Amino acid sequence: MYDPTVARLTYRALLGRRRALILGALPLLLIVISVIVRALVGADDQTASDLLGGLALATMVPIIGVIAGTGAIGPEIDDGSVVYLLSKPLKRPTIIFTKLIVAIAVTMVFSALPTLIAGFILNGNGQQIAVAYTVAALVSSIAYAALFLLLGTVSRHAVVFGLVYALVWEALFGSLVAGARTLSVQQWSLAVAHKVAGGDLVTSDVGLPTATVLLVVVTVLATWYAGQKLRSLTLAGEE
Amino acid sequence: MAVEHPVTVPSGDQTRIHNIGYRTYDGPRLGRSYATRSLYSQSLRGAYGLGRSVKSKVLPMLLFVVMCVPAAIMVAVAVATKAKDLPVDYTRYAIIMQAVISLYVASQAPQSVSRDLRFKTVPLYFSRPIETADYVRAKYAALASAMFILTAAPLIVLYVGALLAKLDFADQTKGFGQGLVSVALLSLLFAGIGLVIASVTPRRGFGIAAVIAVMTISYGAVSTLQAIADAQGSSSAVPWIGLFSPVTLIDGLQSAFLGANSAFPGAVGPSNGEGVVYVLAVLGLIAACYGLLMRRYKKVGL
Repeated sequence: MYDPTVARLTYRALLGRRRALILGALPLLLIVISVIVRALVGADDQTASDLLGGLALATMVPIIGVIAGTGAIGPEIDDGSVVYLLSKPLKRPTIIFTKLIVAIAVTMVFSALPTLIAGFILNGNGQQIAVAYTVAALVSSIAYAALFLLLGTVSRHAVVFGLVYALVWEALFGSLVAGARTLSVQQWSLAVAHKVAGGDLVTSDVGLPTATVLLVVVTVLATWYAGQKLRSLTLAGEE
Repeated sequence: MAVEHPVTVPSGDQTRIHNIGYRTYDGPRLGRSYATRSLYSQSLRGAYGLGRSVKSKVLPMLLFVVMCVPAAIMVAVAVATKAKDLPVDYTRYAIIMQAVISLYVASQAPQSVSRDLRFKTVPLYFSRPIETADYVRAKYAALASAMFILTAAPLIVLYVGALLAKLDFADQTKGFGQGLVSVALLSLLFAGIGLVIASVTPRRGFGIAAVIAVMTISYGAVSTLQAIADAQGSSSAVPWIGLFSPVTLIDGLQSAFLGANSAFPGAVGPSNGEGVVYVLAVLGLIAACYGLLMRRYKKVGL
């Protein structure tokens, strides 16, 4: 199910040349902001929770997820070089699964790791906040990567749709309409984080059983469907 | 006995171009400014998907509608309830809808320049009479105009609605004028930032993500820091932090000079002195974007 060559090529496409620097700029900004906040405010659990929840989990993880998830397959389909990959004796689901693993790994390294570091800088993991948000970032990395990888195989405008989902649906509608929060990767991962932290600083609108089931279902379904899409991929010309 | 005559090489250049009778072009040559204008109008139409496939019309048109619908609803409410004033200031509207504006610039800036880089059509443009500066100016002006159309259209809806609801004419016209100045600056600033980022990468998808990351992360970071500074009682730091993201720059500028209510925490905008710094920062950023684009295309055109 896992093909090292495909993985190597995908890593190179995602992190090659200067792209790793750009991906690295976001986590670096988060850490710089945490240092500033720690210097201004001192260790404060509520501030740490707000910053990690508002900036790291709500903005940074989805954006990194979009870049890694759609970037793992989108550009190849876009410029047509995916035919060289598809013409190899590899199962299409294997290609998708390998690319998913790579996308998850990249998202985790560039979002969960800085979240953990920022959490320790902000309040030294008081009330398990740093660990809770890191777990949330890890869990949501998996779901986001699967979801956006699927988008990459379905549409040429995957990045835009991914961002519309992450920013408009989760952030804007999520804050206005309570029902939208039930269908949001962010809230599902917060439910897991709530379980880890235990306190009432990290809260979610979704119960843990529902959240876990939905996370697993979305990840599996998206991966399976992406494999199916790749099996019957038609290469369209440039619009 | 055959004597080998050495082949006499006549002096002088042997090569010649035979005239095989093609007609030369003797129609009018429309020149550099015409080419620039064409590039401008094509890019502007392209920013709304006109002259392109149906699929690429969907997103810009959708975002345009999303921009205008809330304005229409506000007008309808104001007319129905016979309100004395519109529910939202002209200057505030763009700040509220910033997510839509960011999405628009993120999707259209790479569409405008990244494809030229990817399909290596930039050298073809420069084999025509236009120069680097013409290309940059045409693309910049086109995207800024497209953004201005996007941000000014809802203001026109609000203004027309306000006049139909017989609100105070002088008051509304002043607010409308201030709103237009503010969105014009916003269009120039956002278009510049979007184009600079998009012109670095030939990958359209990556460009979109990079532009949106710069817009939303900087806003998220700045507003978080402002909220913390405000809560810590150091409200004097709030305007200075606002200098570091495009949205708060416009917000601060218009609350200092264009009579807007600031969306900063504590609703305290920059004072006039600080406002001058905001104006300088906005104009400086626009000039810097133009300069960076010129520098980029000096290289990439060859």
